[in-house]
Amino acid sequence: MDQEEKTLNESTANEEEYVGTFDVPYKEEPEIAAESEHETEAPAEIESEPEKEAPAEAESEDNAEARVPEAEDKSNETTIKYKHTSKLYVRFRKGLKFLRKVVLFTVAAICALIFIMPTVLTITNSFMSKEEIASNYGKVFATNEKGGKVFIGEQVNLKLIPDMVVFDQYKAVLFQSPDYLFKFWNSVIYVIPIVLLQIAVSLLASYAFTRLKGRLKSIVFFIYIIVCMMPYQVTLVPNFMVINWLNLINTRWAIWLPGISSPFAVYLLTKYMKRIPTAIVEAAKVDGATEWQIFRKIYLPLCKGAIFSVAMLIFIDYWNMVEQVLILITDDNLYPLSLFLSRINSAEVGLAFAVATIYMIPNLLLFIYGEDYLVEGITFQGGVKG
Amino acid sequence: MKNKGEEKEKKKIKIPKYKMTKKDFIHNLKIQGFILPSLIGVLLFYIAPFFVIIYYSVIDNPISKKFVGFQNFIDVFNNEAFRLAAWNTFKFSFTAVPLAVVISLLIALVLNEKIPLSSRFRTAYLSPMVVPVASIVLVVQVLFDYNGVVNLFVTFFGGDKIDFLKSEHAMLVIILLFLWKNVGYNMILFLSALGTIPRDAIEVALLDTTSEWLIFWKIKIRYLTPTLVFVTILSTINSFKVFREVYLLTGSYPYESIYILQHYMNNMFNSLNYQKLSAAAIIMSVVMIVIILIMYILENNYSGDMEE
Repeated sequence: MDQEEKTLNESTANEEEYVGTFDVPYKEEPEIAAESEHETEAPAEIESEPEKEAPAEAESEDNAEARVPEAEDKSNETTIKYKHTSKLYVRFRKGLKFLRKVVLFTVAAICALIFIMPTVLTITNSFMSKEEIASNYGKVFATNEKGGKVFIGEQVNLKLIPDMVVFDQYKAVLFQSPDYLFKFWNSVIYVIPIVLLQIAVSLLASYAFTRLKGRLKSIVFFIYIIVCMMPYQVTLVPNFMVINWLNLINTRWAIWLPGISSPFAVYLLTKYMKRIPTAIVEAAKVDGATEWQIFRKIYLPLCKGAIFSVAMLIFIDYWNMVEQVLILITDDNLYPLSLFLSRINSAEVGLAFAVATIYMIPNLLLFIYGEDYLVEGITFQGGVKG
Repeated sequence: MKNKGEEKEKKKIKIPKYKMTKKDFIHNLKIQGFILPSLIGVLLFYIAPFFVIIYYSVIDNPISKKFVGFQNFIDVFNNEAFRLAAWNTFKFSFTAVPLAVVISLLIALVLNEKIPLSSRFRTAYLSPMVVPVASIVLVVQVLFDYNGVVNLFVTFFGGDKIDFLKSEHAMLVIILLFLWKNVGYNMILFLSALGTIPRDAIEVALLDTTSEWLIFWKIKIRYLTPTLVFVTILSTINSFKVFREVYLLTGSYPYESIYILQHYMNNMFNSLNYQKLSAAAIIMSVVMIVIILIMYILENNYSGDMEE
C-alpha cells in the first residue's frame, strides 16, 4: 500500500532530480522511470530548467533529496537564457502530469465505486429490518407480489447504510428457517468435490497436453477448447440423456460427474504450464526422473499459484450454478442454495439479502486470502530466473 | 485406441516442420496416461453427447426416429423465434465481448500508471466475482425496475421513466451486467501481462520516440496479443453464462430484445422438442467452432512469436 501512495511523489521526485542536473546529456532521459508523458520536448528547454522552481516544488511535495543537486547547479544559472519560458513550460508539464494522475485516479475511483456497490449493498442491506427493506424497495418488488404483505413505499430508496443495525434477518435465516442452512450445506457438498477433483483431473491432463508431442494432441486440445466454450444449453439434451442413461438423474452424481470432467481448468492450466521452461524438465530427465516425478516435483510446485486461481474460478462458477440443477435435479431437497435463493419470493426480499450475505462468505474468505494468488497465478513467475 | 490414432496421424499428416519420430512416440506413450481420466470424462459427458445431438438433428422425433435429413435445420432457420434469438445473441456477443476486452484493457492501463490506491481499486474491480447470482438479480431489479433507482435519476433529469427490462433497453442492462461481472478478472489478466513486458523493449523504443501512443501500439500491444486472445476467449465463454442472470431476472420468455439462443434452447428442451434443440445447437456450434478456430490460429501465431 505504502508503495503506491508514494508513487505520486516519487515520479515527481524523479523529474525534479533530473531537472536540476545540468550535466545530464539529453539522450538519457531519466523520465523513463516515470513512464508517463513522453511528449516531445526540446532539449534546450529541459536543460534550462532553473532551480527557482525548487521552492515552489518544495511547497507542494517536500522532497529533500531533490533539492540537493539543484543547489550545486546554482552557478550555472546565469548562463541560461529563456528561463521564463522554460520554467513556465516545465511547470505546465508538471501540472499536466499531476492533472493526468488526478483525472486517472478519479476515473478509476468512480468506476471502482460502481463495481463494488452491489457487494456493499447486499451486505449492508442484510442488517436492515424487514420493514426498512420493504419501505425502501417495496415499490420494486410489489409489482410481482401476490399476497400484499409488502408495504409499498412511495419511492425506491437506495440505501447503503441502514437506519438501525438489526440482526432480524440473520435470526430468521439461521434459527427460523432451517431450509436455507440445509441448502447451503447442499451447495457445499456439490462444490467441494467438483473443485478438488476437477483440479486433480485437469492437472494430469494439462501435464499431458504440455508434454505430449505431435499433431493429435493439438487437435484434442482444440476440441477441449470448443467444448469449454460451448454454452451449457448446447450440451443440454445430450448431457441429460447421458445422465439419464447412467440412471443418475436426481442424484448428486448428475452434478458431480460432468463438473469434475469439465475441460475448463484443463484449458487454463495448460496455458500456464506451457510457460514452464522445458530446460528444467530436460535437466530432471538427465538425472533420471520419471514422468510422475517430473509432474509431482517440478510442475506441481511451480503451478501452485495457478492451481489456486483456477480453483477459485471453478469454485465461484459452481457455487453459483443454476442451469445444471434446473435440468438434472428435480428434487427440491437436492437444490443448492444458489437456485433456491434466486427463487425466494418477493415478500422475503429482506431475507434474501441476509442469505446472500451468508452465501457470499466463503467467496469473500477465499477472495480475501487468495486475491494475491489469483493475480500471481496468472503470470508465470517461477522457474529459471537466475 | 489412442496409439492407433497416433500411428494413423503419423502417416496421414505430412507437416514439413515436424515429423513424429520413434523417440517422440515412446515419449508420448509414457505421458498419455496422464490425460486418461480427463479424456474419459470429456468424451462421456461432452463429446459423445455431441454425436447424439447430430443424430437427433436428422430424425423427426425421438419416438418414431424417422430420418428426415435437413428438415429440422430448415424448420429452425425458418422459425421466427430462432432468428430473433440468433440475432440477439449475435448482437450481444459482438458488443459485449469487445467492450469487455477494451474496457478491461483501459482499466488495466490506468491501474498500471501507478496511481495511488491502485491495489485497493483492483480489489474493488474484482469484487463482482464474489457476489452470488441471486443478489445480482436483486440489485439489478432495484436499479433497473420501472420504479427503480436509475429511473429516479432519469426523471430527475427530466426524462420519462423507462421500463428497462421490458423494453429495447433491456439489452443495455444485460450488457452492463455482463461488463460489471467480467471486467475485473479480465483486467487482472491484462495487468499481469503488462507486468511481463520487458522494460528494455520500452526503453529502447524511448530512444527513438517519445510518443506514448506509438509505444503502446507498436510494442505493448504486441506483447499483449496473446492475452488479448485469451481474454477474448474467456469473455466469449462468459458471455454465454449471462443467461443465468437473464433467466433469473426475466424467466423463460423475456422481452424480445433479450430473447437469446439459450432461451430458445431451454424452451425447446422444456417442450421436449429435442430435434429442433439439436439442430439449433449444431448451428450454434458450427458458428462457434469457426470463431474459435480463428482465435486459436491467431493465438498460436502470436504466442509463438512472443514467448520464444
